[in-house]
Amino acid sequence: MKTESVLEKILNAGHLAVTSECGPPRGSVPEKVREKAEMLRGYVDAINVTDNQTAMVRMSSLAACILIRQMGLDPILQMVTRDRNRLAMQSDILGAYAHGIDTMLCLSGDHPHFGDHPMAANVYDLDSIQLIQTVRDMRDNGTFQGGDKILNPPQMFIGAAANPFADPFELRVARLAKKAKAGVDFLQTQCIYNLEKFEKWMEGVCDRGLDEQVSILAGITPMKSAGMARYMKSKVPGMDVPDDLVKRMAGVAKDKQAEEGINIAIEAIERLKAVKGVRGFHIMAIEWEQRVPEIVERAGLYPRPQV
Amino acid sequence: MITAVRKPMEEIIECISPFKRILLIGCNECVTVCAAGGRKEVAVLSSALQIAFMKKGKTLEVKEITLERQCDPEYVEALVPDIDRADAVLSMACGCGVQEAARRFKSKPVFPAVNTQFMGASERPGVWAERCQGCGDCVLGLTGGICPVARCSKRILNGPCGGSTGGKCEISPDVDCAWQLIWDRLKELGLEAQYEDILCAKDWRTSRDGGPRRIIREDLE
Repeated sequence: MKTESVLEKILNAGHLAVTSECGPPRGSVPEKVREKAEMLRGYVDAINVTDNQTAMVRMSSLAACILIRQMGLDPILQMVTRDRNRLAMQSDILGAYAHGIDTMLCLSGDHPHFGDHPMAANVYDLDSIQLIQTVRDMRDNGTFQGGDKILNPPQMFIGAAANPFADPFELRVARLAKKAKAGVDFLQTQCIYNLEKFEKWMEGVCDRGLDEQVSILAGITPMKSAGMARYMKSKVPGMDVPDDLVKRMAGVAKDKQAEEGINIAIEAIERLKAVKGVRGFHIMAIEWEQRVPEIVERAGLYPRPQV
Repeated sequence: MITAVRKPMEEIIECISPFKRILLIGCNECVTVCAAGGRKEVAVLSSALQIAFMKKGKTLEVKEITLERQCDPEYVEALVPDIDRADAVLSMACGCGVQEAARRFKSKPVFPAVNTQFMGASERPGVWAERCQGCGDCVLGLTGGICPVARCSKRILNGPCGGSTGGKCEISPDVDCAWQLIWDRLKELGLEAQYEDILCAKDWRTSRDGGPRRIIREDLE
């Protein structure tokens, strides 16, 4: 074991892990964070807290993580390299660990172009792979990126994202290999709708033995409506929603579409449980956290093991 | 080359409206090649300004001079005979040229007539695109001759990110994904294995982050 992270313990014990996410509010409203996190209590092992997702200003991931930690739950600190340089990111990592946050996710983040401050400076002092290296060196060598020693180095269980559906497909296994080389411990994937393509990517991952080095959690996002399916298909960069799935959603009455979306998510989990190298699930129910317990239960992932 | 585009007419007119006599200077280098501030553009702007002033019942005397190279003190010296007759200087050179004129003629207000854009290359007639950010530590030898610092929207050194779609960047279908270009080129060169070498965190001191930069060549001083 490298850390005290609950997620690491779950994975280490050979259980399928379950994570979900909570997007902080667009205001100083701690109750909102607590409300969302409370819905997930007991149903997931850890809760990702997004960092200004889609480049919109929200309560900081670190602050929301602290609120969740104070509830006795286990947050995963998401950190994008878009908004802050290496000084700011490393100081936040020290602060997070000082508050008992021991699991994080290293991301590059969406370009400011997509958000509510397209006029903002675009920092990218580091990229996601360099952030992984930085956090690993902080933990394993006890040094800052600049080389100085750290007092009580933060012992972070290090995560990253992977999008098997972005282009060029032939590079997607190689990019994961780079993240593994950089020192990533676990990986959460982009929402999976095209199961065949995901399975093909996993084959490539396993052929290179990367599944032995990195714990891969498959990303699941239930669709609320046929409209959402169409939107994700056409408007979200790097998203692969097959036509038959859009048709299936559109084929049921409007008031039954949410149910159908949940069914599709559960079927996907059932199928992906059998895929070699899948070590758990990351359920991203966007502004739909209240449905996560039901998905976890119906997918046979409840109760969560105690470690 | 350094590229530029002319500022909006209203903004230029606003700057020079308090003056009656201006020295309008162009540059025969980069801004001539990108058709923003050479002899031709100086002539066009001069006429446009005079017409605009006339419409307001005012007159404007414009002396047009296009220097060989406005970022070079030696050539800026050529303005000396005409500077006293001008109330202000309007420069169509890049920011380097504007500053050289301001440095040389301390008592005259100097205004830019163009917005300096980027270091780029011509893609086809009328289209220029960014190629270099002058980071001071060139990585082109590792990235197939395509610069991720200048051409990836997130300047990431280990791309492509999850937003690359069909060879295009997530910010716009009009922007090529630099990492798709890098990968295609590495394949052409048979250097696929090189892709998995991690490019470590960059030392941005050689870039603008280390403060304003200078080059000192003792052999030439």
